[in-house]
Amino acid sequence: MAGEDKKQQPFDSKAASSLVAELRGAFASGTTRSYQWRESQLRGLLRMTDEHEQDIVAALRSDLGKPELESVLYEAAMLRNSCKFALKELQRWMMPEKVKTSLTTFPSSAEIVSEPLGVVLIISAWNYPYLLSLDPVVGAIAAGNAVVLKPSEIAPATSALLAKLLGEYMDSSSIRVVEGAVPETTALLEQKWDKIFYTGNGRVGRIVMAAAAKHLTPVVLELGGKSPVVVDSGINLQIACRRIIVGKWGNNNGQACIASDYIITTKDLAPKLVRLPYPHVLVFSLYGVVSCTLPYLFQVDVLKNELETFYGKNPLESKDLSRIVNSDHFTRLTKLLDEDKVSKKVVYGGERDPTKLQIAPTILLDVPRDSLIMNEEIFGPLLPILTVDKLEESFDIINSGAKPLAAYIFTNDKKLKEHFVNNVSAGGLVVNDTTVHLAVHALPFGGVGESGIGAYHGKFSFDAFSHKKAVVYRSFMGDAAIRYPPYTNGKLRLMKALLGGSILGILRALFGRS
Amino acid sequence: MEDETKAPEEMERELEEMRECYRSGRTMEASWRKSQLKGLLRLLREREEEIFRALHQDLGKHPAEAYRDEIGSLIKSVNYALDGLKRWMSGNKAKLPRLALLTTAKILPEPLGLVLVISSWNFPIGLSLEPLIGALAAGNAVVLKPSELAPECSSLLANAIPHYLDDKAVKVIQGGPGIGERLLLQKWDKIFFTGSARIGRKVIAAAAEHLTPVTLELGGKCPAVIDTLSSSFDRKVAVQRVLGAKFSSSAGQICIGVDYVLVEKKFSSSLVELMKMMMKKMFGENPRESQSVARIVNKHHFLRLRSLLLDPLVKSSIVYGGSMDEESLFIEPTILMDPPLQAAIMMDEIFGPLLPIVTLNKIEDSIEFINSRPKPLAIYVFTKDEPLRRSMVSKTSSGSIVFNDAIVQCLVDTLPFGGIGESGMGRYHGKFSFDTFSHQKAVMRRSFLVDVWFRFPPWNDHKLQLFRSSYHYDYLGIVLTVLGLKRTNRASKGI
Repeated sequence: MAGEDKKQQPFDSKAASSLVAELRGAFASGTTRSYQWRESQLRGLLRMTDEHEQDIVAALRSDLGKPELESVLYEAAMLRNSCKFALKELQRWMMPEKVKTSLTTFPSSAEIVSEPLGVVLIISAWNYPYLLSLDPVVGAIAAGNAVVLKPSEIAPATSALLAKLLGEYMDSSSIRVVEGAVPETTALLEQKWDKIFYTGNGRVGRIVMAAAAKHLTPVVLELGGKSPVVVDSGINLQIACRRIIVGKWGNNNGQACIASDYIITTKDLAPKLVRLPYPHVLVFSLYGVVSCTLPYLFQVDVLKNELETFYGKNPLESKDLSRIVNSDHFTRLTKLLDEDKVSKKVVYGGERDPTKLQIAPTILLDVPRDSLIMNEEIFGPLLPILTVDKLEESFDIINSGAKPLAAYIFTNDKKLKEHFVNNVSAGGLVVNDTTVHLAVHALPFGGVGESGIGAYHGKFSFDAFSHKKAVVYRSFMGDAAIRYPPYTNGKLRLMKALLGGSILGILRALFGRS
Repeated sequence: MEDETKAPEEMERELEEMRECYRSGRTMEASWRKSQLKGLLRLLREREEEIFRALHQDLGKHPAEAYRDEIGSLIKSVNYALDGLKRWMSGNKAKLPRLALLTTAKILPEPLGLVLVISSWNFPIGLSLEPLIGALAAGNAVVLKPSELAPECSSLLANAIPHYLDDKAVKVIQGGPGIGERLLLQKWDKIFFTGSARIGRKVIAAAAEHLTPVTLELGGKCPAVIDTLSSSFDRKVAVQRVLGAKFSSSAGQICIGVDYVLVEKKFSSSLVELMKMMMKKMFGENPRESQSVARIVNKHHFLRLRSLLLDPLVKSSIVYGGSMDEESLFIEPTILMDPPLQAAIMMDEIFGPLLPIVTLNKIEDSIEFINSRPKPLAIYVFTKDEPLRRSMVSKTSSGSIVFNDAIVQCLVDTLPFGGIGESGMGRYHGKFSFDTFSHQKAVMRRSFLVDVWFRFPPWNDHKLQLFRSSYHYDYLGIVLTVLGLKRTNRASKGI
C-alpha cells in the first residue's frame, strides 16, 4: 500500500521527480486508458465514500466543526453523485465525436477523439476538503489519467483520511496522495505535469500558473471573489432571505467560494412591494409605507428573524454552524469587523468566541465601499449590506470590481433580470437563489478573470482532463492538381472556386468562366 | 516602426480607452459583430492585390499559394462565422433533473473583454486575421500585434484595418520584441499567441501575473509515416501530398508542415526515387526559377537552416537538392536519407525546405519513435492498413492526426485546431474560435414558488433522510418520508 507519503522522509524535489517518473511509467503502460480501469476506480471512490461516511463526517468535524448534515450532503453526497454521473456517462464520453466535413476536403471523414493528458496534479482547498479533493479526481480518472492529489494541510484530519483511504481503495500504481504544506507543494510544482488543477485563492493561483508556464502545462484554477447578491423590491423577502442565509451560513459558515459575500439593495424601496399577493408582504407593505425612508430595515428584520429561526438566539452555541477554520482566519475576520469605518455598522450579531474559533452570523449595514470588508473576499460569517439609490447602479458597482465566481439577484422584474444576466460578468449567475448551480452537472462550474480559468463538473470535468484530438481520414482519390506546384493563374482561379465551396463556382472555373 | 517609440503612458491610455469602449457595450451587439466580420470580408476582397504583393515581398509566395493558404481560407472562415454567429451567441440550454421544478439552466457565452492577438511571420495575414475572426465574433475589443519579421504584411494590416473595422475597438500595434514585451506587461482578458515554444513560455509567464487565460499555437516536428503501399497510384498520391505539404507551403516554414518522414527500410529506396521524380515535376529542373517555392523569411533563418547542413554526416546524407543562395534567401527543396538522430536537424523543428527520411525496420516502430519525442502539432500517416491506423490513433498523441494527407485538417471548420504539450494549449477554427474568446457563463433561474422546505436549518434526522432521497432522485422516498411512512435511518448507506 503505497498511497501514503512517509512522514519521516522529507518530500523534496527528488522525491517529487521520482514520483512523477513512476506515474509516467504507469501511464505509458496503458493501464489507465481502459474503460474497465476507469470504471473500477470510480466504483472504488463510491464504495470508499459509502463505507467510510462516518469517518468523513468525523474528519470534517475535527477540521472545520462542520455539522453532520453539511458533511453528508455537501461533501459525501455530492461526491457520490459526481461518481455516479460519470459512471453513467463514461462510455458515451469516451466515444469519438464524428464531425461533418465540407466540399473543400472531399472526400474525407473526420472525428474528435478524447484522449487522456497523462499525469495530472490536483491541489485542493480546505473548506470542502473531501469534495474539492475528489471531485476533480473523478474527472481525471474518467478521462484516463494518472493522478497525484495534494490535499490542503489546513484540513489535516481530512488530508490524512484521504491519504489512508485512497491508498486502500484505489490503484496506487496510478493514483497517489502527497500530504504536506508549502515545501511539498513547491517540490510538486517544479515537476512537469500534463495538467494542474488548483482550487484556492488568487495569490497561490498565480504561483501555480507561473510554475506551470515553465513546462507549458495547461491549468484549471478555481479561485474566488466577492459574490454579490442584488435584492430588489417586490419579491417574497422571506424566501429570498432564507435562500441567502442557507447559501451563506449554511455553507461552512460563509467559508465557501460561492457563498453570498455581500448584499446590494436600494435605499428607497418603492411601492412595488405590493406586487405579490402574500399576506405577510401586504402586512409589511403597510409598515413599509410608514417606514418608506428606511425600507432596508424591513429587509434586515426579515433576515434577523430567519437567522434566529435557523440558529436560535445564541448562534455561538448552535450546532448547525461550522467554526472558523483556524486562528489566522479568525484574526483576519475580526480585523474586518473591528475596522473603525465598519465597527459601528453592525446591526446584528458581532459576537465572537476565540476559544471556540467561532463568530456569530453578523450583518453590517451601509458599509463604506473603501472599507477592508468590501475589498477582500470575506470567506466568513459576516454579511455587509451596501445601499444604492437605484438598483441599476448595483451592476456598475459589481462590474467595476474583479469578476466574481458567482453573482445573484432576487427580483421579479423581467427587464432587470435580463439586464443582470446579460451585463453582469461572473463565473455563474443565479436568479432568485444562491449557490444551487453548483449541484447541476450540466452547468460548467468555474470562474472568469480573477475568479479563475477553466471549468468542471459533469462532462466538463472529463473535458478538463482530456485532449480533444482532431482526426481526419482521407482517401487517396479525389485530389485536385490545382493544389500542387507548378502554380499558375488558372490554378488560382480554380482554387478560389473550390475554397468557395459552391459546385457551380467550381464548374465555372473549370470551364474558364470566372 | 512608429509604435516602438510610443511612450508607455500613451500605450496604457490607448488601452484604457479601448476598455472604456468595451464597457460601453458596443462590441457585445450582434449587429456590431456582424459589421466587423463583413468588414473583414471587404478588406480581403478589396485589398487582394495588395495582399498578394505584400506576401510576395515578405516571403516570395505565389498568389496561388497565398490564396490557398491565407486569403481563401480566411474568406471561408469569415463566412462560417457569419453563418453561425446567431446560433453561437444564443448559448445552450442545460438539462436539469425533474426534481428541479420551475427552474431553468443555460450556458450563455459572453465576451472576455480586451484581448491580445500576437501572430507569426509565416502566414502573416492568415495567422493575424483568423484569431481576429473569433475574437470579433465573440464580441471582444482586440489589439493585434503582427510579426515584425513580415514587415510589408504588418504595414498592410496596420493601414487597412482602421478603414474596415471599428477603430475604437480594434487596433493594430506594430513592432518587435520590445513592443511585444511591453504589451505582455499589460492586463488582458485573453492572450492568443502563435509562434515558438520559447516565446510561448514568456507569454504564459506574463499572463500568470494577471491570471489571464491563454491560447498558445506552437509547433513541433510533425512526422509523416509512409507505410509500404502496394498500389502505384496510391504511392504517387502519397508522395505528391507529402512533398506538397513540405515544400509548397511557405517552403516548409509552417507549423503543421511535414517535418520528417518515417518509412520502412525495404520501401525507402523506391520512395526516394518516386520523390525525386515528383520533385522535378513540381519544381522543374531549376526550382529557383519555378516561382513555386517561397523563400526563407530572413537572413537569420537562412543561416539557421544552412547550419543544419554543416555537420558533415548530415551533409553526406543529402540525396536530392542542397543548393542555397544567400542573396535571394533561397534554399532548394532538399531530401536527406537517414541523417544522424542526434544532429540538430533531427532534434529541432526544421521550419524550412529540408526533408529528412528516417528508415525503420518495421513501420510499427514509428509509434515508439514518435512517442519518445515531444508531442507534435500533427501526425500524418499514409496507409491502408486498418490495425496500423487504429494503433496510430490510440497509441500516439498530437494536436491532430491525419490519414493519407497533410495540412488539410486546418481547413475543416468543425475540427479543433491546436496543440498539446510542447506544441501548444487551447484551440481554434470554426466555432472553437468563438469559444476560445468567450466565457461560458452558467445561468440558473429559480422561482419563488417552489422550494424544498427541508433545505433550511435547524437540521435533524428527518431532514437528512429527505435529502438522501432527493439526491437519489427517489421521488417515492420523498413522499413516504414526508408522510411519515419511511423511517429515518441514520445508518443507511448509499445516499
